[in-house]
Formats: sequence, structure tokens, C-alpha cells
Amino acid sequence: MSELTNLTISQARDLLAKGELSSRQLTESHVEAMAQATQLNAFVSPLPDVALEMAEASDSRRAGGSAGPLEGIPLAIKDLFCTKGTLTTAGSHILNGFKPPYESTVSDNLWQAGAVMLGKTNMDEFAMGSSNETSYFGPVQNPWRGRGDNRALVPGGSSGGSAAAVAGRFAMAATATDTGGSIRQPAAFTGTVGSKPTYGRCSRWGVVAFASSLDQAGPITRDVRDNAIMLGAMASYDPKDSTSANVPLPDFEAALTGDIRGLKIGVPKEYVLDGMPGEIETLWQQGIAWLRQAGAEIIDISLPHTKYALPAYYIVAPAEASSNLARYDGVRFGLRVPGGDLREMYENTRATGFGAEVRRRVLIGTYVLSAGYYDAYYLKAQKIRRLIARDFTEAYETVDAILTPSAPSAAFPFGDKADDPIAMYLNDIFTVPANLAGLPGISVPAGLSAEGLPLGLQILAPAFDEETMFRVAGVVEQAANFTAQPEQWWKVPA
Amino acid sequence: MSVDKATVARIAHLARIGVRDEELEPLAAELSGILQWIEQLNEVDTAEVPPMASVHDQVLRWRGDVITDGGEQEEITANAPDGENGFFAVPKVIE
Repeated sequence: MSELTNLTISQARDLLAKGELSSRQLTESHVEAMAQATQLNAFVSPLPDVALEMAEASDSRRAGGSAGPLEGIPLAIKDLFCTKGTLTTAGSHILNGFKPPYESTVSDNLWQAGAVMLGKTNMDEFAMGSSNETSYFGPVQNPWRGRGDNRALVPGGSSGGSAAAVAGRFAMAATATDTGGSIRQPAAFTGTVGSKPTYGRCSRWGVVAFASSLDQAGPITRDVRDNAIMLGAMASYDPKDSTSANVPLPDFEAALTGDIRGLKIGVPKEYVLDGMPGEIETLWQQGIAWLRQAGAEIIDISLPHTKYALPAYYIVAPAEASSNLARYDGVRFGLRVPGGDLREMYENTRATGFGAEVRRRVLIGTYVLSAGYYDAYYLKAQKIRRLIARDFTEAYETVDAILTPSAPSAAFPFGDKADDPIAMYLNDIFTVPANLAGLPGISVPAGLSAEGLPLGLQILAPAFDEETMFRVAGVVEQAANFTAQPEQWWKVPA
Repeated sequence: MSVDKATVARIAHLARIGVRDEELEPLAAELSGILQWIEQLNEVDTAEVPPMASVHDQVLRWRGDVITDGGEQEEITANAPDGENGFFAVPKVIE
């Protein structure tokens, strides 16, 4: 049955429709692969029993003549999405034992579409991290390892568990979230496809909040078509999220025409970094050549405020986080650590419940919002944010999409950047601008590094034009013909 | 801008996070490093730039002033670390 774990969603969908495969079989093979991959620590809560029960219910629905667009497809859900009655941790100790009494809109949409839940995936605590080293439940290992090098590598973050599960072939696809690159960077590090749609495309209702003006849900998948299928099922207008966009939902899969003739692709000169590995630059040039060969017109553009995106982000995101995370007070849910009085109970609970990176960001956020510093930091960052968004608006007057690398390096070993917050933050240098501007972006695996590790290219598009994003991504995917897979060194004999 | 131990203690108090005395110094160094890195934003003249709080220039929607749900006391309090008679319980606040 192991070959079933190599299917894409679109392939499985066809076999299921023809009756040549049941959801039970498909789900069993993934549950088995998941049980063999515990060493990777990709799941906080593996849910094999729930998965098999949902698979059987799906087979019954299909037998009864009704099948949703994801009918019978086994998925992993990032542990940031609230799932009714099922432990939801956000990778944090402070949500100890929390079983939400409600379902997030995105996961509910997936169940309505017929999907099956394999489990809840591990992640950086409250989605704050780029390496999955900040999870209370321990780091996730990247299924990939360097050629002739058995050092464990980070899967990227914060959606590292979701990316590892898809790359390791034990989930067909996974939900993820992206506040500064948390879908696209782990996708690049694991040879998977990860997209962050336009802000407002997916409902944030029931998604544990990090930075509300930046957070967006999106899928991690094995190919671009699956990504389009998944996003179509996840996205919806939701009155329960005041920032949910009431716009038509296009057929993203239909956008994969393979035809980009005449499309104008921007290449921003500010994305060339000092000290960036030569192979990233080479891959980018390769991507440019592929798109030109496919008939696109390549245009040099300038996004002049790019270098200010990261420092602005590290004001805006922690400020919003410090406000959002104020709710963890040991009263209504999660951890409580007793103290002599109410204030001490709050302080003990939050000291014990939050890890080092979350504490660091809550403190930074509290500082930049505090009396006397608000204008110098928070207001300044909001003005820079306007300039970054304006850069894109002006660029999209002349181009239809933008091509950049997804991340400034391939996956790195554990501990490499753990002691230097700023070095860690630089991982997101190519992804953060799209969050600040609210624009859609996708990472597509496009080649291997000298060590044999996956590298990604990022395609950015104008707001609510995910169709162009997917169309260009499909062309990059076809040209790159990325078929490499990690060796399954983690498998324990059954 | 660099922050000192006293400032870290003050913001930790504002954030209601207990920080041990021996952690204040290393935290001050860490936070100062990040704040100094952020300071490069001052290179940009933003005098004429309006701040941006949301990516969509949309007016928040109104909904009808009607009851949409409720009566879920049991579900809402089910996750509380401590409770009594359908209420959340906290340490005594009034002496």
C-alpha cells in the first residue's frame, strides 16, 4: 500500500471517483506511514482512530451518491486551527489541555468538502519561529538530510510539522498559516508547495491569533494543482471574521492553463542580498529563463522599501501579538500556575506557559506600544508598512506577477541560528513583504542545493489574483520538474 | 535605543509575565539588540505618509443587532482551570 502515500490529491480524487480506491484504504496507508514517522515529531496529536472513522463516513457518503471536492482525502491540520473537542495547543504550554468547543471556519470548510483529519501538526509556539525550535512539544525534524550528512535539519517554521508531514509522504496535504512566511519558508525547506492567499481570502475565525492584521491560512501540498484544490476548499467569505473578504471565489484549478504567453513578470532588484548563497541567485536566474521560454516578458522592477520590511514587521507583529496573547491569563482556559494573589497568578502562569521566543516578542510588543514609545516605533512601522504596500501597488501597474527566491538559504541544522534572534528573523526576508502588503504568494520547489536540499522560488501576485499566482507557479513547476524525494530514513520496521 | 534592567522589569510587569532577577540582564541585552536593529527605520522620511493599520481600505461591516447564539455556559466554562457553579473562579481579589 506504500505507493498510495505517493499519490497527489488530484490522482487520488480520480481513483476514488472511479471506485478503484476507498478513502479507508487511502487513509490507512497514511495512518501507517504516520505511525512509522514518529521520530520526525511532526504531530502534536496524531489521530488515527478519528481518521479511520472519518474515512469510513466518507466512503458511506460516496456510496450514497454525494461526494465533496476533497471527499475521502486524508489531511493534517496545523495545531493553530481550533478543532471541536480535540486538543488544540498552538505549540504552547499555556494552552495546556485546551479542547475548543468550536471548529475553525477553515477546518470546517474542509470537513464539509469531505476531507479526513489525520491529526494536528506541530509548530513553532504561537507560530513564532522559522525553524520549529520554539514548540513546547519539541522540534520537528526535516525529512530531508544533506547528501552524505546525517545531521538533523530544521523543517522551517512555523508550519514545520505540516510541511514535514506532506514532504515525508504521511499526509496528502496540510493546512498551515503564514504571518511572515510560515507557509512559504517551510515549503521551500521541504520541497513542497505552500501558498499564502490574499489577506481576507481565508477566514481567521477559530485560528489561534498571532498578529491579526498579518495572519492568513493556506495549504501545503505535493504539487501546485493540489494547492489550488486545497485553497478552493479552505477559502470562504465568513461573517464571523470582520476582515474576511466578501469576494467571488474563483476556480483556482481552472487557472492552471500552463499558458503565460505575454504575461509580464517583475524581477525586483532589491531581492539580491549581500552574502546570499550563489546557488539561490543561480536558481532565481533559472526561474527567470523558464518563464521567458514559456513566453512571459521579464521586467526589472524596484521595490525600494524592501529592506525595511523585516524591521517594520518586528514592530507590527509583536505589538499585535502582545495584545492578542493578553487573553492567556490562567482564568478561562489552559494552564494556571497559582500565586499569592491574582496578579501573581497571572505572572506565574504566563512565565511558565510562554517559551523564550514568545516572551521576547510579547515584551518587545509591550514596549513599542507603551506610553512614550508608541509614535517612535509602532506608528513609524505602520507608515513604513504603507510605503511597502505602495511599492507593490506601483509595481503591479506594470507587471502581472513577481518572481523571487522563497528563502535566502536551504534548510539548516538545529541550533544554527537559535541563539541569534535577528539571524533567525532574516529567514523571512523574502516572504514578509507580502504579509505586510496583504498579497498572495506561493513557494514552488525548483531545484536542489549543492548538498541535495530543496530550494524554492516564490511567485507573488496582486491582491485577490491567486489565479495568476497559480498559473505562473504551474509553469515553474513544470519547467523545474522537481521529482526528488527525501529518503525515508525515519521509517521504523512495521 | 537600548533598554536597561529597570525597563525590562517595567515592561514585564505591564505584560504580566514574571521574570526572575537574574533573567533581566540577558533579556535587556537581547531586547536592546533587536531594538537597535529596528532603528534603521529612522533612515526613511515618513513625515507625509499616513499610517497603515489594515491592508484593505474597508469599512468594518455592521450586522443586525440580533442574538446569534448563547446559552452555552457549560461549553464555555468547560476549559477553565478552576470554576464553581458555572462560573470562572479566580484567587480572592477584594480583601
